[in-house]
Amino acid sequence: MSHSGMPHSVGGHGHRASLDRAQVTLPRAGWAARLPLVCGGLGAVLLAVTFLVGKGNPTQLFHSYLVNWFYFATLAVGGLFFVLLQHITRAGWSVVVRRLAEDVAATLPVVALLFVPLAFGVHALYPWAGHEAQDPVVMRKLAWLSEGPFLVRAAIYLVVWSLLGLWFWRQSQRQDQMGALALTRRMQAVAAPSMIVFAVTLTLASFDWVMSLAPRWYSTVFGGYIFGGTAMATFALLIVLVLLLQGRGLFDGVVSMEHFHDLGKLMFAFVVFWGYIGFSQFMLQWYANIPEETNWFAERLTPGWKPLTMAFVVGHFVVPFFFLLMRDVKRHRTGLWAASGWLLLMHWLDIYWLVMPGLHHEGPRLHLLDLLAFLALGLLFAGALAFTLRLKALVPINDPRLAESLAFENV
Amino acid sequence: MSAATTTAGSGPLWGVLGEFDSPAALYRAAERVRDAGFERWDTHSPFPVHGLERAMGLKRSRVPIVVLALGLAGAAAGMGLQWWVSTRAYPLVVSGKPFFSWPAFVPIMFECGVLGGAAGAVLGFLGLSRLPQHHHPLFESKRFERVTDDRFFISIEAADPRFDKSGTIQLLERAGAVAVELVEGA
Repeated sequence: MSHSGMPHSVGGHGHRASLDRAQVTLPRAGWAARLPLVCGGLGAVLLAVTFLVGKGNPTQLFHSYLVNWFYFATLAVGGLFFVLLQHITRAGWSVVVRRLAEDVAATLPVVALLFVPLAFGVHALYPWAGHEAQDPVVMRKLAWLSEGPFLVRAAIYLVVWSLLGLWFWRQSQRQDQMGALALTRRMQAVAAPSMIVFAVTLTLASFDWVMSLAPRWYSTVFGGYIFGGTAMATFALLIVLVLLLQGRGLFDGVVSMEHFHDLGKLMFAFVVFWGYIGFSQFMLQWYANIPEETNWFAERLTPGWKPLTMAFVVGHFVVPFFFLLMRDVKRHRTGLWAASGWLLLMHWLDIYWLVMPGLHHEGPRLHLLDLLAFLALGLLFAGALAFTLRLKALVPINDPRLAESLAFENV
Repeated sequence: MSAATTTAGSGPLWGVLGEFDSPAALYRAAERVRDAGFERWDTHSPFPVHGLERAMGLKRSRVPIVVLALGLAGAAAGMGLQWWVSTRAYPLVVSGKPFFSWPAFVPIMFECGVLGGAAGAVLGFLGLSRLPQHHHPLFESKRFERVTDDRFFISIEAADPRFDKSGTIQLLERAGAVAVELVEGA
């Protein structure tokens, strides 16, 4: 349907079809210029501190490191998912926020580099590389679960993600300079097979890095579970990024409440998706009641862990479900801040809950190393992101669908 | 009263109908009718016009409240039914689990909630739009038939407290109507 005879100004609610370049470029000097170095430097120092503090307790160190590294890895690979999704669906509405996701995905090489310490923690982390290798159930899985192949696979996942992240970032940058429609077509064509690669690698990476912490246990839907939380956290991260940049006086008249509303709806959708997959995973194994399956849940329902398990089911699903169900929450900055910040915390708790019961059987024990590793890796991630954000405009300025996105409205 | 004004149907006066030749004209006219403070009026178009709900000053739809209420009621009924069947009416031990094994009942509770919500959306929409209606006085108008093709209309009911036959006709003419018609009938 075309709006024939309908002048663009008729709506009269302030949408600009043209772009103010100052609104979408980080300042050359000042805070934006210092941020990458400050975050990166501080993160590197804290990373060194983390290793020094954890030297005497490698098991705790590697578990803390894995929780936080995997947390930021899911955020980075979630950015890649967002970019792929928008190209596959040829989305118009999301063009003004797609560049942020491209920049998030472009941090993947840094994330990949930060995996290296974990290569030294395989024995400290994974029972299949240690005392459970003789277990009859685990023994049959050793063809997959052994150190060499594990590291080769990790390298493959991380290199593939990094290359994809950089490739889309680079094509989008070339479009900023040349504005060629052919680049959009090429990105769309590459996005579809890349999505399959993304789905397979994320599933296998989740199996390798997190599920194999309890090598007797298995859940075929585990990759989907990780993906649900990842996608949810990605939308939360994008909302937080836009809110932060708007707090700095950027994106005015570029990202409107209409875009927030849609990001909020997608975030809500993935709260539900996560809950749906999480419950399916639980219910099928609870119902079948086979010890090697139920043990994993039994570990998380001991008197020590049960309060956290219950609290996080309520906090990760029930509360955000009813909160984000409200339209006004998705259309007001305060509501968006609260929901996105909360869900980013819940995603962290989700990963903590997946990883830690294997180490602390008696219940959740928040360790100083958890905090240190979080700060170190978080600052390094933020530094890498601040670096990529500065290299070009904050929106794809020559994207053929930019005008459509600027004028986007929910009906 | 302008000479161009015609009358359609017969019986008591139902309201007036203004005809417009473009969505933009309809949009601007809707703003004027809204600003004049009318309540019982509507716009008619062959296709959705973006932003028209703002030009009309429409309030938020109440359908979501009906959806939420019926969705929650459906979920509660689904869980309640399973509780009653498995603990009161016909208690059976299934794989050694308690009679009230709620995790097993969640999928059916969920589906009943979806069913209730979907029914709420359809019935709430129909109810709040007062549909189905077998007849409407506007159908008396020959001109109104073009609403499914290439014309845009505003109808204002005589029952509106601000309705005043000649004044309302003038309002529509000044708002850019290419034709105004009195509609009679019930």
